[in-house]
Amino acid sequence: MFRNIKTFMLGWEFPPFISGGLGTACYGLTRAMSRLGMKITFVLPKSDPLQLSADDEPSLQEPLEELEFQNVKFRGIAARIAPYGAVRSANVKTSAADNPGSSKVGALTCLAGCDYGPEIFAIVNSYADKAVEIAAGVDFDIIHAHDWMTFPAGLAVAQKTGKPLVVQVHSTEFDRSGEHVNQHIYDIERAGMHAAVKVIAVSNYTRNIIISRYGVPAGKVEVAYNGVERNGNGSNGHNLDGKNEKIVLFLGRITMQKGPEYFLRAAKKVSQRLNNVKFIMAGDGDMLYRIIEEACRLGIGHNVMFTRFLRGDEVDKAYSRADLFVMSSVSEPFGIAALEALQHGVPVILSKNCGVAEVLHNALKVDFWDIDEMANQMYAVLQRPALHKMLSENGHSEANRLRWEDTAGKVKQIYEQVLAGVG
Amino acid sequence: MASICFYFQVHQPFRLRHYTIFDAGQDYFDEFKNAQVCQKVAKKCYLPTNALLLELIEKYNGRFKVAFSITGVMLEQFTNYAPEVLESFKKLAKTGCVEFLAETYYHSLSSLYSRSEFTEQVQKHIRTINRLFGQTPRVFRNTELIYNNTLAKAIEQMDCFDAVLAEGADHILGYRSPNYVYRPVNSDRLSLLLKNYRLSDDIAFRFSERNWSQWPMTADKFAYWVNQVNGNGYVVNLFMDYETFGEHQWEETGIFDFLRCLPAEIFKHPDTDFKTPSQVVKSYKPVGTLDIHRPTSWADIERDLSAWVGNPLQNSAIAELYRLEPAVKQTRDPKLIDTWRKLQTSDHFYYMCTKWFADGDVHKYFNPYNTPYDAYINYMNVLDNLRQRCASAQAVRPIELTEAGIPVAPKPPAHQYASIR
Repeated sequence: MFRNIKTFMLGWEFPPFISGGLGTACYGLTRAMSRLGMKITFVLPKSDPLQLSADDEPSLQEPLEELEFQNVKFRGIAARIAPYGAVRSANVKTSAADNPGSSKVGALTCLAGCDYGPEIFAIVNSYADKAVEIAAGVDFDIIHAHDWMTFPAGLAVAQKTGKPLVVQVHSTEFDRSGEHVNQHIYDIERAGMHAAVKVIAVSNYTRNIIISRYGVPAGKVEVAYNGVERNGNGSNGHNLDGKNEKIVLFLGRITMQKGPEYFLRAAKKVSQRLNNVKFIMAGDGDMLYRIIEEACRLGIGHNVMFTRFLRGDEVDKAYSRADLFVMSSVSEPFGIAALEALQHGVPVILSKNCGVAEVLHNALKVDFWDIDEMANQMYAVLQRPALHKMLSENGHSEANRLRWEDTAGKVKQIYEQVLAGVG
Repeated sequence: MASICFYFQVHQPFRLRHYTIFDAGQDYFDEFKNAQVCQKVAKKCYLPTNALLLELIEKYNGRFKVAFSITGVMLEQFTNYAPEVLESFKKLAKTGCVEFLAETYYHSLSSLYSRSEFTEQVQKHIRTINRLFGQTPRVFRNTELIYNNTLAKAIEQMDCFDAVLAEGADHILGYRSPNYVYRPVNSDRLSLLLKNYRLSDDIAFRFSERNWSQWPMTADKFAYWVNQVNGNGYVVNLFMDYETFGEHQWEETGIFDFLRCLPAEIFKHPDTDFKTPSQVVKSYKPVGTLDIHRPTSWADIERDLSAWVGNPLQNSAIAELYRLEPAVKQTRDPKLIDTWRKLQTSDHFYYMCTKWFADGDVHKYFNPYNTPYDAYINYMNVLDNLRQRCASAQAVRPIELTEAGIPVAPKPPAHQYASIR
């Protein structure tokens, strides 16, 4: 009955300008919705040109040319992108400064979860104003806003047009900042969730936070799990046999949220048992220097390698070299990286506080604080070929079954409920 | 004439405790959990069902009969955690209406991996049953009813059995009926009793299933089905886990009332009675031979070995386990050998089964692990520790040399651990 729902979608990140799961999720979801024939106007902030060299001008034209985005219209709003935080920790230089060739990394690298600059709110507000202007010239049925940065825009557009608002929560302030939440951001999140007709959470883990921490009625909160893009990677013959050196990969921002210090302590314990294991920590973040120092202090400096923020090909390379992927997150609404690792045939160990753990059976799961058990599991995957093989093969096929089309289908269902309710 | 032959399996494994690579202790088993499960099941099933069976045997003056196979590891747990259960089984044994079967003491898969180990475990079980219940078993049931020609041969060669029990699986019977006695191919004296899985599962699995067309199943209805066998069979073999009564089927389902009423309903048909496996063997001659190459079992719909063997985790764990046999036996350390044998209990491999894992429909019953992977990791850590113990025992034991300076092969140490309980 709602054959062609038209969505006014408000996002903050989109590949190649991503810092983490949000951009990847928006890309996957939008593309799949387009394939289902859903019409979308996708509003995105454009990076501040001052932060980018000329050849890195955000090119939103590129995806437009793809047939798969034929139902999506992208609209840019000039604003400085600062996805999870605008102010960098004083002693961490950006990759852009280190490496001018990839200066956009500097502009986009995700940093402190709790360290927002005052300008972020100004940017969020101006994004909202511009979104209202754009909305005036677009025909749509429903508003879909991704994460708090776009919630004020969503609210403003809903107020102006009277169209129903759906908000999707990819991460909450509690995931990013633990108990030290930024009250202003919390208030924005809360206002968006309460004003929305439906709230979409990326996992039950996140749904529970939305219900318990934000006081949103349970009946309003739906779960739509993320999917994973098929990238044609086989499990590329991952095999432990005959490998002299084994590699354990941590890939994510080096921030409190991701639990890098737990990973490191488990690494220390494994290193005491096995002397042929290297630990790669890929990512930037406000805890990076502290974690490097900690690795040295633990006496495993020579076993732990820091790559800083990785992009595209480099990420693929890291996955294909790894024998094990560990997600030690203290709080992880979903955790798409785990699916990407499995697509490369890399077995995964997941913190129980990862949304993705709800949909993956063929993964080892551990409490992030349980260093002994984490090390125990790492040791087992590295030392027992049968276990490695099963986790790799079964996990690979399980991850490939999580399709964005299913997520898009679920979102469509939610839209239909919303529109039916609105009449 | 049609006979009901009841056999109940009584078994609980020694579950392992959480054991990481950082553990070094030799206490592999979860005493607390094992005691807890044993006492819980004792209360819900073993004690009330034993009491009911005793009541029925007395009421019908010995016309009601059953058989048990109680594993050695279960008997150890009764001794340690629930001695009153052991006493109630002894009471049943004294009625003369209860037959005790033999199996591997450790409820192991040794029949598939080590003939010598298998024989020793069966002998140990026979001795234990004899000591506790004053009977020498004449009928053998293998772990999980695993059976094929090779097993029949091994049992025949042990020269102390009249019959073996097996699953009456469709793929081995074809058009034939499980309600006759058969003979293993190439055997001249063993009988083969086959489980009537339809009628057995009506009690064990479907009894409380409300969307089953026959629900609620009553004793008179069941007796009617049994009586229909008259004329095209002699015996209805009802083989099931003893935990069916009160544990798999809770008391509230009416399972105890069903059992209480069943004998009276059965005896209403003058041509139907109860027999123990040995009495079945004495009463009915085999009608044909069965030639079974691939092992069958009573588990899952596949009725094969795939619940314990087949995925890479299980294969690797079992291979490592039996690879240790010579090293373990060379230590001649009764405690270590006993521990190694407790690790042979099939449940450890059942926990590693991934057959329906992705559907969330795991083999969950009494399963101490969240996933098959956890089960494997834990098991392998324990096995690593055991291997190290073997190695250090080897290191301190002086090597005997012949006059030519060649190490003497260790003697078969069977007598050394004959007395282990």
